[in-house]
Amino acid sequence: MDAFEILFTASFWVAAIRIASPLIFATMGELICERAGVLNLGIEGIMTAGAFAGWFTVYAGGDLWTGVLVAALAGAMFGLLHATLTVPLSLSQHVVGIGVTLLATSLTYFTYRLVLPEVTSPPKIEPFQPLPIPGLSQIPLFGEALFSQTPLTYLAFVTVAVVAWVLYRTPVGLAVRAAGENPSAVEAQGISVTGIRMGAVMVGSALMAVGGAFLTMSAFNSFFFEMINGRGWICIALVVFGSWRPGKALLGAILFAAFDAYQVRLQQLSGGIVPYQVFLMMPYALSILALILVARRATYPKALMIPYQKGER
Amino acid sequence: MRLEPKPAPSLGMTLLFPLAAIAATLLLTSLLVLAAGASPLSVFYLVAKGAAGSQFALLETLTRATPLIFTGLAVAVAFRAKLWNIGAEAQLYIGGVVTVVLGTGALPLPSVILIPVIMLAAMLAGGLLLLGPAILKTRFGVDEVVTTLLLNFIVLLFVSMLLEGVLKDPMGLGWPQSQKVIADAQLPRIIQGKRLHYGFVVAIVSAIVVWVIMKKTVLGYEMRAVGHNPEGARFVGIPVNRVLMKTALLSGGLAALAGFSEVSGLKGNLTLDLSPGYGYSGIVVAMLAMLNPLGVVVSAIFVAGIFVGADAMSRIAKVPSYIADVMVATSLLTMVVAILLTRFRVRWK
Repeated sequence: MDAFEILFTASFWVAAIRIASPLIFATMGELICERAGVLNLGIEGIMTAGAFAGWFTVYAGGDLWTGVLVAALAGAMFGLLHATLTVPLSLSQHVVGIGVTLLATSLTYFTYRLVLPEVTSPPKIEPFQPLPIPGLSQIPLFGEALFSQTPLTYLAFVTVAVVAWVLYRTPVGLAVRAAGENPSAVEAQGISVTGIRMGAVMVGSALMAVGGAFLTMSAFNSFFFEMINGRGWICIALVVFGSWRPGKALLGAILFAAFDAYQVRLQQLSGGIVPYQVFLMMPYALSILALILVARRATYPKALMIPYQKGER
Repeated sequence: MRLEPKPAPSLGMTLLFPLAAIAATLLLTSLLVLAAGASPLSVFYLVAKGAAGSQFALLETLTRATPLIFTGLAVAVAFRAKLWNIGAEAQLYIGGVVTVVLGTGALPLPSVILIPVIMLAAMLAGGLLLLGPAILKTRFGVDEVVTTLLLNFIVLLFVSMLLEGVLKDPMGLGWPQSQKVIADAQLPRIIQGKRLHYGFVVAIVSAIVVWVIMKKTVLGYEMRAVGHNPEGARFVGIPVNRVLMKTALLSGGLAALAGFSEVSGLKGNLTLDLSPGYGYSGIVVAMLAMLNPLGVVVSAIFVAGIFVGADAMSRIAKVPSYIADVMVATSLLTMVVAILLTRFRVRWK
């Protein structure tokens, strides 16, 4: 098989969509936070916490959907912490975000060691299984990729639709977008900017945690340390790349994942001439490149990272 | 709820707030100790004893504090100018790479010249590594938080590539590790037979130099002005972008010294576990010190003490040593709240 033929194999596209799924959840989560005006650098740690919370719920005997719910709740709790410090207290979103990442990660590792003190190899759970949709999954090339995935992948796509619909078609979405562009206008409508922003960060963080849980409950079947491996930071780049729009961000995530799946296959083809680390670097380098490409015409939400205090201008 | 500015706090109050933050951290993490089925008082006592209860413990804490002083200074310098350098981890590793490249026999120089040459080269490499994100920030408006974070992953993979390729020790039995640096490139130990090395002295001197730069020089003034209000700084004629470049070189250089000192003073060679996250802990160190370079020394020793003490504690009590990471992360968050309370009064209603 040569490098070009890879693109025409169904298994490549199945892998691409699978790799994209956690990124889609987390990117949507970050997008919601940023549209409301809050940069959430807690994303990496929140994904770690979600990955563990979901997996452990199932390991302890809960069912898979309960696991997803627990992960989302854990994410929302860290979101509440982040939002309390950055929104009403107006603390630096950079410092608090890094702090939340450090806290969520270390709490997760502490809890893991506490509940599983003796294990050497990570225990496994029975993860989500692919759920082929009859008929559609038979479509050549893309059928399997889009219609023979786990329920959590379908949920990722549904999430994009819901986020887009809420942001652009509902009063709540209007308030969220306005809180990120012109918070005084929101306050003038009698809506609390603090409330909107805190709510957005909590919902966004819940989605990030579900993104993390996808890794332990759908892509793999166990939790191990450092498994998020920078995916959170990549999602922050994807939000910028998608110019803060759900549809574009979804496209960016799939494009990115396709590239990631492609480099893995290319690595196998290269037969070890190029060091494998070069391939592993590509996703991170690509994220930086994407940021540079879009930076000049990026239109940030105008109030992003600008704290809002009622009655001040 | 509203925040009202307060008059500048007295020195006593300024010192009181970090202590309050630490007290709050102990209180919060004692819940975790209780969850682990141990008594918080005895666990914290064991941590303190493990950190400072004997000459061995104290020396170990100072050894562990050395890289944290460097990364803490790197973060303090950068954050002062609001250059969000979260890439100290990568700069540290680049410093380590330069140390083994130049220190394994490539330069036949006497120790008194070789060591300064390696230090300068390491600083330059670390500085240039941060210059990239700084230029992307000023030229293209790319957020340096994300680029420095992503560079951490790229650089670690790059180091892994070197250690399995050109820098691999042929005598290393297949392990991804570099050759040992030659004796002339090693920082000597302060006390014969103990692990504490002259990297600690270099770190203290660096802290004093950075303090002088920040407080007594035009550059320091400009960095503070840029961090305080970039628009205002530009208005009064400060070349903001150039100041950010200089900040990047200084900050990246300081972080690279951490890698130099760990390789040259402690480990002798470069491995992939040279740093258990010193770059990230440096952020906590800098914030606990309220970005004061001399305060960084104190907070680095404190943070190092938590890590060293928790390791010793977890061997005795059944509490995972990750409690140290939780304490450090929690203290970062309680500290930023404490700093806020020195500057503002919170009014409900």
